[in-house]
Amino acid sequence: MVAVAAPGARRRRRNLLESRRFLASVLIAPAVLFIAVLVGGPLLLAVYLSLTDAVGGTLGGPWVGLDNFRAAWDDPNFRRALRNTLLFTIASQAIVLVCAGLIAHALTRPIRGKWILRFLIILPWAAPVPLSTIGWLWIYDSLFSIVNWVARRANLVDDFNPPQWLGDQTLALAAVTSVHAWRIIPFAVVIFLAGLASIPAEVDDAAKVDGATGLRKFWYVTLPLQLPIATVAVLFGIVFTATDMTVVYILTQGGPFNSTQMLTSWAYFVGIRGGSLGEGAAISLFLLPLLVVVAVLMLRFARKVEVT
Amino acid sequence: MTTFREKLTAYLILGPFALVLAFPFYWMLWTSFKTELDLYNVENVPFFFGDGSPTTRNYEFLFSETQYLTWVKNTALVGIAVVVITLVLAVPAAYALARLSGRWGQGMGVGIFLTYLVPPTLLFLPLSYVISHFPLGGHAGLQDSLWSLVLVFPSFTVPFSTWLLMGFFKTIPRELEEAARVDGASRLRTLFQIVFPISLPGILTVVIFSFSLVVNDFVYALAFITTSEAKTISTGVFTELIRGDIFFWQGLMAATLIPSIPLALLYNLFLDRFIAGFTGGAFR
Repeated sequence: MVAVAAPGARRRRRNLLESRRFLASVLIAPAVLFIAVLVGGPLLLAVYLSLTDAVGGTLGGPWVGLDNFRAAWDDPNFRRALRNTLLFTIASQAIVLVCAGLIAHALTRPIRGKWILRFLIILPWAAPVPLSTIGWLWIYDSLFSIVNWVARRANLVDDFNPPQWLGDQTLALAAVTSVHAWRIIPFAVVIFLAGLASIPAEVDDAAKVDGATGLRKFWYVTLPLQLPIATVAVLFGIVFTATDMTVVYILTQGGPFNSTQMLTSWAYFVGIRGGSLGEGAAISLFLLPLLVVVAVLMLRFARKVEVT
Repeated sequence: MTTFREKLTAYLILGPFALVLAFPFYWMLWTSFKTELDLYNVENVPFFFGDGSPTTRNYEFLFSETQYLTWVKNTALVGIAVVVITLVLAVPAAYALARLSGRWGQGMGVGIFLTYLVPPTLLFLPLSYVISHFPLGGHAGLQDSLWSLVLVFPSFTVPFSTWLLMGFFKTIPRELEEAARVDGASRLRTLFQIVFPISLPGILTVVIFSFSLVVNDFVYALAFITTSEAKTISTGVFTELIRGDIFFWQGLMAATLIPSIPLALLYNLFLDRFIAGFTGGAFR
C-alpha cells in the first residue's frame, strides 16, 4: 500500500507545483510575510506608539490620543524641522535636476576619457553617505575649511572672520542642501542615462531629417521624451532626501540651535535621545502624508512611461 | 557624426562637474597622507605637502590602532547575509508577480514597492524596542548583535529588489519558457535552468544595489549597535574616530576612501548593466 501511495503523493505534489496559482503563492508568500512582519508590524506599532505616552524602554503607555501630535506641532523646533525638510528636499532636487540633465546629456556623446569622467561623477553616489558626509565635515571645518582657504586667497572673504559653514544658521542650511544635492546628482544621472537610452534611434533620425538640432532638438524632442523619466528621478530623489537623517546628523547634529533639524533627525532626537517614544513616533508620522503624495505621483508617472 | 563642437561642449560640461563632484574625494586622499604638523599648520598651503608629509602613518593607525578592519569585516558579513536573504525572498516573488499572476500580481508588486517608501526613522522606534527584547539564543535580545542588522536590512532591500526584478523578468521573452515547458520541463525546472540564468544581469543589479543600501544605512546601525566590536563602518568610523571634540581627520578621510573607491569602480564597471536593469525594471 505504502509503495503505491508514495508515487501518487509525489505526483500530486508535482501537479500542485505545476498549478500556476499554487506555485505563485508559494513563491510570493515568503517575501510578503517578511515585509508584513518587518515593515507592516513596526508601522502599526509606530502608529500605536504615537497615540500613547510611551517612554524609552517600554512599548506602550497611557493612551493620550492625539496629544503627541499636538505637542509636536506646537513646538517651534518641529515647525522648523518641517520647513527644513521641505527646503532641503525641494532645493536639492532643483539643483539635481539641472545638473544631472546636463551631465547625462553630455555623457551620451562618444568622447575620449568618458570612463574616468563617469567614474568621478559616480563617486558621490557610490561612497557610503555616513562616511562621505564626514569628508564634507572636514571641507566645512571652522578653522581649516579648504573652501575658506581658497576664498581668503582670492580675497573673497574677510581674513579674520571667515564664513562659518556649519556654525551660521543660514550657511548651515546651504551646507546641508549642498551635500544632499551632491549625493543625489550621480543617481539622477544614471536614471537620466537610462531614460536617454530608451529613446529610440528613429526619433533622433526623424529630428535630424526635420532639421532640428542643438537647443531646438533638446527643447522639442528630447525634453518632452525625458520628462516622465526626469519625474521618476526627482521622485526618488525626494524620497532619498526627505527620509534621510544621516547628512544632518553627521554634519550639524541639527544645530546650530536646532536650525537645521529635519523631521527625521528631530524624531530621532526626541524619540531616542529624549526618550519620548510616543512623540518621536508622532513626529515621524508627519512625514507619511508627504510620502504618500510622492508615491501616488510616482506610480502615475511610472505608468505614463510604460505607455510610451 | 558627432561634430567637434558637440564634443567640446561635452568636455566643457563634464570637466567642471567631474571636478566639483569628485573634489571631496581628492581632498580626502590628500588629507589622509598628511602629518598632524602639516595639517594644522596654517602657514602651509593646504594643496601641497610639507612638515613630514606625505606619510602612511594614518593608514597604519587606522589598521593597527582602531577596529577598522573589524568594522569592514562586519559590514561585508552583514552585506553578504542581507544580499543572500534578499535574493532568496525577492527573486521568486518577483518572478511570480511578473509571470504567474495576472492583474492582482501587478497590484501586489506596487504594494510591495510602496513599503520601500516607509521611512526607516518611522520604523526604527518600535523596531529598536523589539530588537532589544527579542529573545534569541539565550541572549536578552538582539541588541549589539550583527543579527539585528541582518534581520532588519532586508526590510528595505526586499521591496526595492522585488520591484526592480519584476520589470526584469517581464523583459524575458515568454517563448523561451514555453519552449522549455513544451519539452517537458516542469515550471520549477524552467525557472532554474532558463529564467534565472538569463536574468543574471538583473540579479547582479539587485546584488549591487542591496549591498550599497546596506553600506549606506546609518540609522539602524546607530540605534542597534553600541559595542565597538559589532559596529559596521558606517557607524564605527563616525562614533569611534571622533572622540568628543577630537577629530582624527586623516584617519577619518582614509577610512572613507578605502570603501568608496572600490565601490565606485564596481558601479562604473556595471553602469551599463545597471542602466539596462533600470530601464527594464523601473520603466516597464
